[in-house]
Amino acid sequence: MNKQDTRNTNSARVTSLRRWLASWEAALILLLAAVIVLNSLLSPYFLDWLNLIDSTFSFSEQALIALPMAYLIIAREIDVSVASIVALSAVMMGLAGEAGFGSWAIICTGLLTGLLAGLLNGVIVTALGVHSIVVTIGTLSLYRGIAVAIVRDKALTTFPRDFFVWGRNYIGGVLPVEFAIFLIATIIFGVTLHRTVFGQRIFAIGANPEAAEYSGVRTKRYRIGLFVLTGLISGLAAILLVSRLGSVRLNIATGWELQVITMVVLGGVSIAGGAGTILGVTLAVFLIGWFTFGLSLINVPGIVVNLFVGLMLIGAIAIPSVARALMRFFARSR
Amino acid sequence: MSAAVRWISGQRESALGVVIILLLIVIGLRAPNYLAPANLLNVLINASFLMLLVLGQLIVLLTRGIDLSPASVLAFTGMFLAKLSHAVPETSALVYILLGLLMGTVLGALNGTLVAGAGIPPIIATLGTMTVYRGLIFLLSGGAWISEHEMSVPFKSFPTGVRVVLPNIVWVTIICAFAAWLFLRYTRAGRALYAVGGNPAAARLAGVSIKRAEFLAYCISGAIAGLCGYLWTARFAIAYTQAAEGREFAIIAACVIGGVTITGGKGTVAGVILGALFLSIIESSLPFVRVNPFLQMAISGFVILIAVAVNSRSERSTGRQILPPEAAPEPRETS
Repeated sequence: MNKQDTRNTNSARVTSLRRWLASWEAALILLLAAVIVLNSLLSPYFLDWLNLIDSTFSFSEQALIALPMAYLIIAREIDVSVASIVALSAVMMGLAGEAGFGSWAIICTGLLTGLLAGLLNGVIVTALGVHSIVVTIGTLSLYRGIAVAIVRDKALTTFPRDFFVWGRNYIGGVLPVEFAIFLIATIIFGVTLHRTVFGQRIFAIGANPEAAEYSGVRTKRYRIGLFVLTGLISGLAAILLVSRLGSVRLNIATGWELQVITMVVLGGVSIAGGAGTILGVTLAVFLIGWFTFGLSLINVPGIVVNLFVGLMLIGAIAIPSVARALMRFFARSR
Repeated sequence: MSAAVRWISGQRESALGVVIILLLIVIGLRAPNYLAPANLLNVLINASFLMLLVLGQLIVLLTRGIDLSPASVLAFTGMFLAKLSHAVPETSALVYILLGLLMGTVLGALNGTLVAGAGIPPIIATLGTMTVYRGLIFLLSGGAWISEHEMSVPFKSFPTGVRVVLPNIVWVTIICAFAAWLFLRYTRAGRALYAVGGNPAAARLAGVSIKRAEFLAYCISGAIAGLCGYLWTARFAIAYTQAAEGREFAIIAACVIGGVTITGGKGTVAGVILGALFLSIIESSLPFVRVNPFLQMAISGFVILIAVAVNSRSERSTGRQILPPEAAPEPRETS
């Protein structure tokens, strides 16, 4: 095999790989279509427009957190403390409500708590230079621990009436406020990631942190910024959640971190960093959300639905890996 | 100050040992009854689960992997064996142990296949199997609990049955820890785990099979989780779908406290055992020293962060990996 041939097979391999990655979203759309068709066959109530819209209540808050989480994972970081940030923000808002604060003051409390929690994550990660999963496992316990220590076995339920607008109302009588916020956030996050220098730098950091640093990207500042953003959006999710539920208990939002990460990874964001799209994440959100909704309509227990989501996650990641391994195998044996 | 930090990160195991002794003294001063032999034995029994589970996690972390599924494996094998004890009451404890190990190995091998065979990143593969195994428990049990009166006497009595001073479960922990120490220190496969995590490219050039090492690591982690599944279910005499849910992060935290680096290649059996013991003592002593038990989680989190900060010195000093392991020079055909 001469040099020219090697280069040809390599570039062929790269283009077919690229084509595969480009069609990740296409695969998700196909899967989503399959889920919609299957669900509407299984239950006559699925393809009801109002039902579909209302089902977004069950995933809008998690989906919101998936957006900054996608940024973090693209930049080779991860935050497993998001559910604990939601819990801590929720408890702080609960306290603000008990203290008789107004709606806007409660909202500010939630956002500020999330922001500070995210800032602490970012500062610890960058100051110590250790992998963010280790740090955020620590803050996962710390934030929920503080929340649990405050709320104990009670429930915080005092909120002003106009606070419930955020989690329960509809815009124009059809579009839930929560879902509208998610849609707007998706567009902002998508445009920022794919059309701005800020977004390009996130990809650069994820693809090669050292090269990004030497190219003049202040990687530390970016990392802290992304953790702050994730904290802030977790605070926003907490506002919507508390407004929808109307009560805060110690087990609020348990297990969300893994569900959010599942959405991001199923959306085609590479856990090794440097690749991923917001469109993919958004498609994965609807895929998981409507899959879950459809199965719940035919009374499949939530834990069994999770089983299928787990299989979907493994399958979605395994198929390209296996395909790549096969390609490599055939390329080598030639 | 910095000298002290350097000493601690150098002598991690002995430092952690000293910290544990100091902790026990402080607890003893405030609540002498915590140090009563009967209570200490109880603490040791309850710490055994974490001490066993960190052994498996250590072996996986060494290879730069992570295993999020042990809690689900534990609950699944526990449920299966509890059902077995209900159906066939005369089964002996040895059968449960062997079956627990076997089932755990099979579930772990599935993780290993996904990671080493299909090349799925460990955190995603085990995140997936974590929810899948948890769902299987529900399918197996129909959501029902298996409670104490449905389990046979030999099933329940083994873990806390005393043999030569100590309860069986503590003996099991000692044997497993010793076996893990021998394995990691003196066997070829054990050394390969350190090599694979420390420098995959060098390991490959030295003829170590990365895939085999990874596969083995997940099998061992699964086997230990399966064994714990029996011991946990028998000790607490309850099997239910959510058993041990949420403990996966505590296992990793105990490893981090014990000095294991998440980037692979570093960690010792003594370290993780002490880390698990430390976390268990903190968790179990709070009611005794009249600290609000609701504070337990916050304190654990704080301790983990301190441990991470102490760790960061040793973790940062390892050369940063610039190229991904795939980019390691492979023996190439020459034209």
